[in-house]
Amino acid sequence: MSSKIDILALDDGIPKGTSLWEDALVRLRKNKLSMIGLGFLIVIMVLCLLTPWIAPYGYEEQNLRLGAIPPSAEHWLGTDTFGRDMLTRILYGGRVSLLVGFIATAVALVIGVTYGAIAGYAGGKTDAFMMRLVDILYALPFMIFIILLMVVFGRNLLLLFLAIGAVEWLVMARIVRAQIQSLRQQEYVEAAISLGLSPAAIIIKHLIPNALGPVIVYTTLTIPNVMLLEAFLSFLGLGIQPPESSWGLLISYGVETMEEYPWLLIFPGLALTLTLFALNFLGDGLRDALDPKASKD
Amino acid sequence: MWRFIGLRCLQAIPVILAVITVTFFLVRAAPGGPFSSEKAVSPQVQAALEAQYRLDLPPLQQYTAYLVDLAKGDMGPSFYYPGRSVDELILQGLPITMELGFYALLIAIFVGSISGVVASLKPNTLQDYIPMSIAMVGICMPSFLLGPTLVLVFGILLDWLPVSGWGNSSGDKILPSITLGAMYAAYIARLSRSGMLEVMSQDYLRTARAKGLPEYVVIIKHALRGGMLPVISYLGPAFAALLSGSFVVETVFQIPGLGRFYIQAAFNRDYTMILGTTVFLSTLIVVFNLLSDIVAAWLNPRLRYQFNK
Repeated sequence: MSSKIDILALDDGIPKGTSLWEDALVRLRKNKLSMIGLGFLIVIMVLCLLTPWIAPYGYEEQNLRLGAIPPSAEHWLGTDTFGRDMLTRILYGGRVSLLVGFIATAVALVIGVTYGAIAGYAGGKTDAFMMRLVDILYALPFMIFIILLMVVFGRNLLLLFLAIGAVEWLVMARIVRAQIQSLRQQEYVEAAISLGLSPAAIIIKHLIPNALGPVIVYTTLTIPNVMLLEAFLSFLGLGIQPPESSWGLLISYGVETMEEYPWLLIFPGLALTLTLFALNFLGDGLRDALDPKASKD
Repeated sequence: MWRFIGLRCLQAIPVILAVITVTFFLVRAAPGGPFSSEKAVSPQVQAALEAQYRLDLPPLQQYTAYLVDLAKGDMGPSFYYPGRSVDELILQGLPITMELGFYALLIAIFVGSISGVVASLKPNTLQDYIPMSIAMVGICMPSFLLGPTLVLVFGILLDWLPVSGWGNSSGDKILPSITLGAMYAAYIARLSRSGMLEVMSQDYLRTARAKGLPEYVVIIKHALRGGMLPVISYLGPAFAALLSGSFVVETVFQIPGLGRFYIQAAFNRDYTMILGTTVFLSTLIVVFNLLSDIVAAWLNPRLRYQFNK
């Protein structure tokens, strides 16, 4: 009893140190490229969130008399062949592109973390079997399978989320499993086991929070991959279908008319590329901040 | 080493079988028969067609019959192009896709590893920042954007190179190869830079320098072997990505390769063609992954050991 009191007293005496997260935040703040990336992303996300209220024109508002005109004072980014305002269309397209990016990544995150945590915690044969399965799935040509799924089940948004998410969870599972495996050896986990906590409680309360660093880093780097995948599919005509729009779809329209109206290609292309840039820079910065050991590749 | 190769090959077989099975039943599960969208045909013709494509059999028998045919190298007739077999169509598109992929991979490996190594020699200087920033652009700029941009600049504005086709006019292979290779060049540059940086700080390189070897021998003979390992293991996945990347490049540049056939088959709902191409491409990718694993194990004995354990 007395020892317990002592420890508590000792704890109280220690001045509050900086936590791992505060430390990482300081490191991240020093990384200029990442902060620019973060700022850009916040601006884009706010603009896309508020699109229905701030967009200068209606989404389907056509002005056929106008046709495709280059950027001007009324239409900052010009108009497309139907006389629709490009800025408006890019903002609406961004909503879909970002939505796909975030939701599909969330799907990958949930599956990957759960799977990896179970494999890492269970260890032994279960782990060997589960990870071999991941190896096998990893060797499959998923792009081809996504196209196949789109053909077989029709092109709907929900399926797109699931298909992309189902592809991207593999690496996440590997990362989480490696983390959990090394954390599992630590004394505090043994203590939790001897206190009679259930494996689920140990994984959720004690292991996953400590493995969050690499997970956050990889999540940030998955979002651009997913957005690229969506744009790729939409470009081929197998992803988002009109009248919905996305940056990939806008780019594919832009390509058709780029000789006469290059701005129809340039602006959606810039929107996509800059966002991907920002996400990658933020991801690299987060990696340096949260996971200094990881190599920069 | 032989044990490693043998085990690794054994592992590839269930993967290929799984691909065939999953693809087969997915395609069979697709709504609507291949002929249901056509004009109404008489029941006799319908029956004859179904018999020709073996659609009158129960699914499991269709599957085993398909496996038997596949073992003989026969992927059946195309649903969409009457009188042509899937084998024929694949063989027609394959050489073009292979050639495109080969040039792209060549560009990716040469440009990527040279700029990565150059960057790693003087980290955190301009010699590092410039190639790595270009690599970042390469990673963020998707091929379906890079391709049209290159066409716009070099094909239309400058009028230096043809904008589409493959082997029809001189120089029309340049833009597609660059478009396809750029992204992988960027990845390889980043991988080789980090690989080299990691190797450069190791003791055996200090020994090599200490015994008075000239710097270029140290780098070429000693550092590259270890530093390039991440690049070698990336080549397997890169090949898979190159194949799917060729779908876009072939569409942008109107190249009649396998990727374009696949996309067209997807739109035409040419099920046997989709099935055949998927099985074919997957097998190709699995084989290539196998090769890249074997090369990596040959270069790095530790991997062999880990696997045999």
